[in-house]
Amino acid sequence: MSQATAVFTNVGERTNVTGSARFKRLILEEDYETALSVAREQVESGAQVIDINMDEAMLDSKAAMVKFLNLIASEPDISRVPIMVDSSKWEVIEAGLKCIQGKAIVNSISLKEGEEPFIRQAKIIKRFGAAAVVMAFDETGQAETEDRKFEICQRSYRILVDQLGFPPEDIIFDPNIFAVATGIEEHDNYAVEFIEGTRRIKQGLPHCKVSGGVSNVSFSFRGNNPVREAIHSVFLYHAIKAGMDMGIVNAGQLAVYDDIPQELRKAVEDVVLNTDPGAGERLVELAPKYSGMAQAEKVEDLEWRTWPVEKRLEHALVKGITNYIDEDTEECRASMDKPIQVIEGPLMDGMNVVGDLFGAGKMFLPQVVKSARVMKRAVAYLDPFIDAEKEEGATNGKIIMATVKGDVHDIGKNIVGVVLQCNNYEVVDLGVMVPAEKILQTAIDENADVIGLSGLITPSLDEMVHVAKEMKRRNFELPLLIGGATTSKAHTAVKIEPQYDKGVVYVNNASRAVGVVSNLLSKTQKSEFLSKTAAEYVKVREQQARKKPRSKPVTLQRARDNAIQIDWKNYTPPVPKKLGVTEFRDVSIKTLRKYIDWTPYFMTWSLAGKYPRILDDEIVGEEAKSLFKDANEMLDEYEKSGALKPLGVIGLFPANRVGDDIEIYTDETRSEVLTTSCHLRQQTEKTDFPNYCLADYIAPKGIADYYGGFAVTGGLEEDDLADAFDAKQDDYNKIMVKAVADRLAEAFAEYLHEQVRKEFWGYVPDESLSNEELIRENYQGIRPAPGYPACPEHTEKKKIWQLLDTEQRIGMQLTSSYAMWPGAAVSGWYFSHPDCKYYAVASIQKDQVEDYATRTNMTLEEAERWLSPNLGYEPA
Amino acid sequence: MPNNLPSNKSAALTEAMKNRILILDGAMGTMIQQYKFEEEDYRGERFKDWHVLIKGNNDLLSLTKPEVIRDIHSQFLASGADIIETNTFNATTISMDDYEMASLSREINIESAKLARAVCDEFTAQNPDKPRYVAGVLGPTSKTCSISPDVNDPGYRNITFDKLVEAYVESTLALMEGGADLILIETIFDTLNAKAASFAVEEAFEQAGVTLPVMISGTITDASGRTLSGQTTEAFYNSIRHIKPISIGLNCALGPDLLRQYVVELSRVCETFTSVHPNAGLPNEFGEYDLEADEMAKEIIDWGKEGYINIVGGCCGTTPAHIKAFADGLTGVKPRALPELDVRMRLAGLEACNLN
Repeated sequence: MSQATAVFTNVGERTNVTGSARFKRLILEEDYETALSVAREQVESGAQVIDINMDEAMLDSKAAMVKFLNLIASEPDISRVPIMVDSSKWEVIEAGLKCIQGKAIVNSISLKEGEEPFIRQAKIIKRFGAAAVVMAFDETGQAETEDRKFEICQRSYRILVDQLGFPPEDIIFDPNIFAVATGIEEHDNYAVEFIEGTRRIKQGLPHCKVSGGVSNVSFSFRGNNPVREAIHSVFLYHAIKAGMDMGIVNAGQLAVYDDIPQELRKAVEDVVLNTDPGAGERLVELAPKYSGMAQAEKVEDLEWRTWPVEKRLEHALVKGITNYIDEDTEECRASMDKPIQVIEGPLMDGMNVVGDLFGAGKMFLPQVVKSARVMKRAVAYLDPFIDAEKEEGATNGKIIMATVKGDVHDIGKNIVGVVLQCNNYEVVDLGVMVPAEKILQTAIDENADVIGLSGLITPSLDEMVHVAKEMKRRNFELPLLIGGATTSKAHTAVKIEPQYDKGVVYVNNASRAVGVVSNLLSKTQKSEFLSKTAAEYVKVREQQARKKPRSKPVTLQRARDNAIQIDWKNYTPPVPKKLGVTEFRDVSIKTLRKYIDWTPYFMTWSLAGKYPRILDDEIVGEEAKSLFKDANEMLDEYEKSGALKPLGVIGLFPANRVGDDIEIYTDETRSEVLTTSCHLRQQTEKTDFPNYCLADYIAPKGIADYYGGFAVTGGLEEDDLADAFDAKQDDYNKIMVKAVADRLAEAFAEYLHEQVRKEFWGYVPDESLSNEELIRENYQGIRPAPGYPACPEHTEKKKIWQLLDTEQRIGMQLTSSYAMWPGAAVSGWYFSHPDCKYYAVASIQKDQVEDYATRTNMTLEEAERWLSPNLGYEPA
Repeated sequence: MPNNLPSNKSAALTEAMKNRILILDGAMGTMIQQYKFEEEDYRGERFKDWHVLIKGNNDLLSLTKPEVIRDIHSQFLASGADIIETNTFNATTISMDDYEMASLSREINIESAKLARAVCDEFTAQNPDKPRYVAGVLGPTSKTCSISPDVNDPGYRNITFDKLVEAYVESTLALMEGGADLILIETIFDTLNAKAASFAVEEAFEQAGVTLPVMISGTITDASGRTLSGQTTEAFYNSIRHIKPISIGLNCALGPDLLRQYVVELSRVCETFTSVHPNAGLPNEFGEYDLEADEMAKEIIDWGKEGYINIVGGCCGTTPAHIKAFADGLTGVKPRALPELDVRMRLAGLEACNLN
């Protein structure tokens, strides 16, 4: 558009029942969803303000206005722009203002009914803090001439500003745009009257604005859109020069002034400026010639394809569009001296935009991951060209990343990797279960700048301490980053940082990673940043040290004396319908997806909120919807193709409690012990509650009780599928497949538990719970998992493996740290007693650790290592 | 009633703010928490038979434990606070209804204002060169006017603008009756609630025939930089500047480190005085705030030196020690000078839209 329109504010008019037949029909049919999409499209296509009007005889206008405005409030894509509440009925306007949190515009008030209502309404508008459109309309009628327009506006202005203290900058005059070329001679000068009226108003009434409904001017040419568009464009061209600030214009119905054919433009100009009495007639004659003019087919989505290639690359990066990336990258490469310049120039510029938007909270993590996918594709396209020229791109620095030995969880690490790559760091990702030695050697070989460690299970914390010690021993100088679900600032400060003095920084989420790394790699800021961090950790350590135990420890004996008392005399444990081990190889994704708890899935992507509410969240809702859709499409695909096959195994056995252990027997004779499941007891002083231990929920010898175990995975194919996406530079789906497999594993655990309760153990055959109730665990019995608070010691998983023959049957494995492979896996124990509940063992003392070591055949040292997160004392 | 006429108070406040950074008090809620009151403490004699549980109704303590509220006010004033906030954060009829105590709203507002008034007057009498002010607090209420509580029905609302206005008018009149020097609309999650509050405050001023200065303070709820109802700092500012408050500010939700960028933003766009009262950091894993006084003061004092603020205090987790550290550190630091802004139409949706 021309220069002048850059200062012109475009008010969208499609959400006006008086102006849009489609919108009117949607509102009358109460299809508010589609009506909202009309508003959204309008904002997307550039409306800076949206006009909303519900004045329709068949409608309860006030109710429709309130309803639509309330709905808009939940649509951040729409409500980001200011709203113009438009009605000829004051009560509708007032009701509308009560639904708008932003600063809105009222359309409109005027002196039509005299000063009294005008003043009353203006006072209310002022109290709401809204701006107002004031029509050039008084007791005698609408102003048609330049003089009348100015006089009425001036009178209104004086009342508003001088009498009521209304802010002059909040006044928008609408001096009435009327149709020209109607064939009636008095109408010929209407456009000129408006343009000249506008000029005087803007000059004489400081700070006010001028607006108008532009489509009126071309009313005589209804049905001939090309001519109407030309008239709008020419009219605006002149009105804007005279000072018109804003207008109700359908941006889609506006020709580009310079694109109007010379002949048509001249004819239109003559009409608008009323150069001579024959102008109207000439245009009427000319109009049919242009009526069929092929309207530029506006496929909105593709307009960006006409932009310069740098802009297209930026757009593709910001929007995460891969469709055209190869051809755009090629076009850009062809225009540059060296292929590397494409990366260093337009691609990095685009990623900087992404980085800025993300930093400013205007983009969300999943969008950034999609952007990275585009970036990687482009880089992959350029790689062969770059290799041919044997040159290396300049990056901001090189980071070695790894999930530590014994741990297989890497979703979070992958996300951090992507975010760093987006910011032009080179990431060398060593994958999962990486021994310290390999991490350190790679760091040396690659001449890395930073090492980043990740882990999810608690034993990984110790492994990180080990890596830090090794770095110290080998005189490393590189800073060390710590992240992952079980890591914390406190653990980093207390356990890791004292082991290594060249910088250890805890990174609590992906979005912080870039800031930390850029500080660490900055020559000027590094030492200050590190000393600040170190000082902070000293403080954390002091705070930790000062922290008194939240409750007093007691001896193991006292804790046992305060065990929960279950009345076994009056309770008969239910007998499983089917004892022994059962494999589940054919439970379909279709069955399992009904059991999915989606909330953690969104957390994986750093979107906070509960499902399903998150889908309508004002800020992240749209992104959540798109993530949800992508996950479901992936599930659809795997459901059909069978490329990801969930597997599970359960077992139910006769069992009895012996002290804090549970003996599991081969059969009902209970003579041969298959294995012993060992448990821990809470060991702090309790006043109103027992010191819980899971073993207490199983009956002692002499009463027939039972105990079960299970192991499930979302599918052994998880890693291969992720690797295949990785090979395609598709980080988004690489992370997605793992997140989806995770959900399937959890859903499988939920499903099997239900099967156990209703059929295999069968103690509640009639249970009927919704997924929501399942998620809230509204059922009898629990399924605690080794490594989690009620049974925090990971090595106990090996007993589940042994009992269920897990690896042989379904291929799931345990690592040296007793993490399960594949990563999307759940295993645990089944308890049936109605009093069972989850709790946390929390802090335990040396007497119990010694006792536990004996029971599990470990040395005290080994036991202390596996229990280190729970130790309530400093081990020797 | 205070002996100063409100208009004099307003002028005195404005004058003071031109010369120095005024100190607001710290958190009432987390101070009360330290007393670990139980149900019977909240009930006292008067409400011992109340039919619902009322533990946690901190504003009620103005009636049942007035000595504690007085003591907290007094500690903050002794630490150097110029302005203290009445214990009325949840005292509107709407929030009190959670305890079925809507009918006590007026009494709690009056008594809370009187308590604060009396302590302030004591301190002013001791040191007339440092007059102390009572800010009558209007909290956000427990309901939001822009957001549906029902996920399946985004068009639904459980509160209306008119009901909010009604509740806020009643609270404001009661706070004025109890002796408030100014009105503080704070912890604004939803600007529409704040608009209702400001609408009500003007209404109340009109009814009382007296106009007090108004302070407004919004809440940026997380690192997205938005209020709960989705507005940016500048959009929030544009949406409420029409009531010409003596100050506009930010409080709660974030600690000073995370809040800083929004304070800078506000300082840039705001043509009136600015106020900030952040939390003492983010809550730790036990829900406690542990940013200590000296540490927090470092950032706050820096804001003062950078010229971002005119009024500063503390929200959740801040103690008299925090306030003292701010007051001591900001002595002699020049307050933010008011910027001259262009006259522009400043509209807002969730984002600001300033027309040329």
